[in-house]
Amino acid sequence: MDQQAWTYFFVVLTFGTYIYIAIRSKAGSTEDFYVAGHDVHPVVNGMATAADWMSAASFLSMAGLIAFLGYGGSVYLMGWTGGYVLLALLLAPYMREFGKFTVPDFVGDRYYSGLARVIAVICALFVSFTYIAGQMKGVGVAFSGFLGVPANVGIVIGMAIVFVYAVWGGMKGITYTQVAQYVVLIFAYTIPAIFISLTITSNPMPQLGFIGDAAGTDISMLDKLNTVVRDLGFTEYTSTTKSKIDVFCITAALMFGTAGLPHVIIRFFTVRSVQAARVSAGWALVFIAILYTTAPAVGAFARLNFIDTVNDSTYISDTENYEARAAQIVRQGGKPVPVWYKDWEKTGLLAYDDKNGDGIMQYRGPNAPDGIANEVVPNRDIFVLANPQIAQLPGWVVGLVVAGGLAAALSTAAGLLMVISSAISHDLLKRTFKPDMSESDEVLVARVAAAVAVICAGLLGIFATQLPFVAQVVAFAFGLAAASLFPIIFLGIFWKRMNKEGAIAAMLTGLITTFSYIYYFKFGGGSDDQWLFGVSPEGIGFVFMWLALAVGAVVAIMTEEPPQDIQDLVEDIRIPGTRRAHGIADAGMQPVD
Amino acid sequence: MAQDNQENMGADPTAYWAATKRLTVVLLAVWFLVSYGAGILFRDALDNYSFGGAPLGFWFAQNGAIYIFVALIFIYCWKMNQYESKFRIKE
Repeated sequence: MDQQAWTYFFVVLTFGTYIYIAIRSKAGSTEDFYVAGHDVHPVVNGMATAADWMSAASFLSMAGLIAFLGYGGSVYLMGWTGGYVLLALLLAPYMREFGKFTVPDFVGDRYYSGLARVIAVICALFVSFTYIAGQMKGVGVAFSGFLGVPANVGIVIGMAIVFVYAVWGGMKGITYTQVAQYVVLIFAYTIPAIFISLTITSNPMPQLGFIGDAAGTDISMLDKLNTVVRDLGFTEYTSTTKSKIDVFCITAALMFGTAGLPHVIIRFFTVRSVQAARVSAGWALVFIAILYTTAPAVGAFARLNFIDTVNDSTYISDTENYEARAAQIVRQGGKPVPVWYKDWEKTGLLAYDDKNGDGIMQYRGPNAPDGIANEVVPNRDIFVLANPQIAQLPGWVVGLVVAGGLAAALSTAAGLLMVISSAISHDLLKRTFKPDMSESDEVLVARVAAAVAVICAGLLGIFATQLPFVAQVVAFAFGLAAASLFPIIFLGIFWKRMNKEGAIAAMLTGLITTFSYIYYFKFGGGSDDQWLFGVSPEGIGFVFMWLALAVGAVVAIMTEEPPQDIQDLVEDIRIPGTRRAHGIADAGMQPVD
Repeated sequence: MAQDNQENMGADPTAYWAATKRLTVVLLAVWFLVSYGAGILFRDALDNYSFGGAPLGFWFAQNGAIYIFVALIFIYCWKMNQYESKFRIKE
């Protein structure tokens, strides 16, 4: 079979598996639909959480980003894993003991306020839609790059698949498909990584190759990489041009943002107990760490390999016969442009501009000592996608990588869809506007909401590809989660005195400041030298999180303390097994065991 | 309710909550030290040492902190289970 046949084989096989699982796990009740019956095994939930969390960006773009940013890429590695420590220690067990369905459930009930609930719904919807547009775009890229299908058709196929298992199975269907998707994506990520590690360092473990010597030498791989990039005029791999405070704040915004993301938090509602919620967070991070400790190695290897094979090679144009010309170049003592480069050039992910007209591909940084201008511009997504070919792996590995990228995108999209659908059917309708709705009506509305959300997300993916800011809006998602949702959930558990007025003030402070700051610098024409404390829009959520905490606390102290029922509720969620219903806190919905 | 009282006999939720808070603070201090400390603030000093072929601070930022994060969560689970039996907290 050729590469495309293998790709079709894996994509059809995995999509079929997802649909099969979905049909096996139809959701009957609201409890099934929103929280998978509160009955998911902690390890299974950990695996589902890992797939839920690792998006198209983690799978396709992160290693490439690190390859270009070197040490600067650490913000993603620490930021997108460290948040799980916050989740496990500060939120997950308490949210589970609280015992309801959604994040706005917690906000609305803990702060005895419909307004607080609605603001939380707005935050959750904004964060989720921002995020899901990127996933759908990732699906389109994978289809158009590998299956010869136009990107928009790819998005529609992706929408149809998610539609089947999210609308039919709800959280229950999503949980078990996410487990299958995790298995697909982790194999797809690690297999090429092992082979490229063998090529570059002779060590099959990428994590060990990362700190080992370059193959056939006694120089460490990272020292070699530092020398190579420095000689070409780039910043050394192990250093960064970002300021310390900015690295600090971006890492922190990603960590606290992770802990405040509704689609991650709701995964911990699906397990049976507080103990299970804690250990499940641990397993989630184990499964995430397998990919996240491999990624920096893949990034470093890919950078080294890219320079080795592409820099100073002789370009062969499409009009020439590749084999004949390559043989001729080798005879003349030159280096022909590699085959994988020619294959990927068609996708537009690589660009070559022969500025000095010598037919040689010079790859240079901004401070090249030999003064030659850079002629090769690689897209950061190329590294993970082209890795199997760079390492000369068989065609089926490429097929597996495509299936893995799709699994990463679809699993995250499904988790986000759950947040969107429950925010509408549960938080807005059942809990706010139509409390007398029957359970079967609520499940029906949730299905319709999920269906509408799938279509909206697909349209966003289709039309947002024409807009320039898809990647940049991710800063919004994390910044807003960190500054608006994290503070009030945290204070709601750890500070009994926190009240309705404080919560509304804190959410609005975080929401408005972070939104305005990011909007101003990303779309409003703000320049870098105007940054507050030298913090970029990516990291500002962390700064405004503290502001939100402070404003919330001051307002709470100046206003009336929360009713006794609420204080009793807070006492209960801190101690496992003591949760009872408390008057106004649980008037709209009884806590589930 | 009578059954509840019997089940919770000898339970000490106040001490449990105090122990929980103490543990949380200690573990978060470690969390801060290995990521923001070793990986960012003190990284230049740590880079004078190396871990295998990687500068130590750089390694913490790209790999080491993640391993310790995993360990922290499991230590938390283990200690919390201990507290729950010690203070007779039953789910």
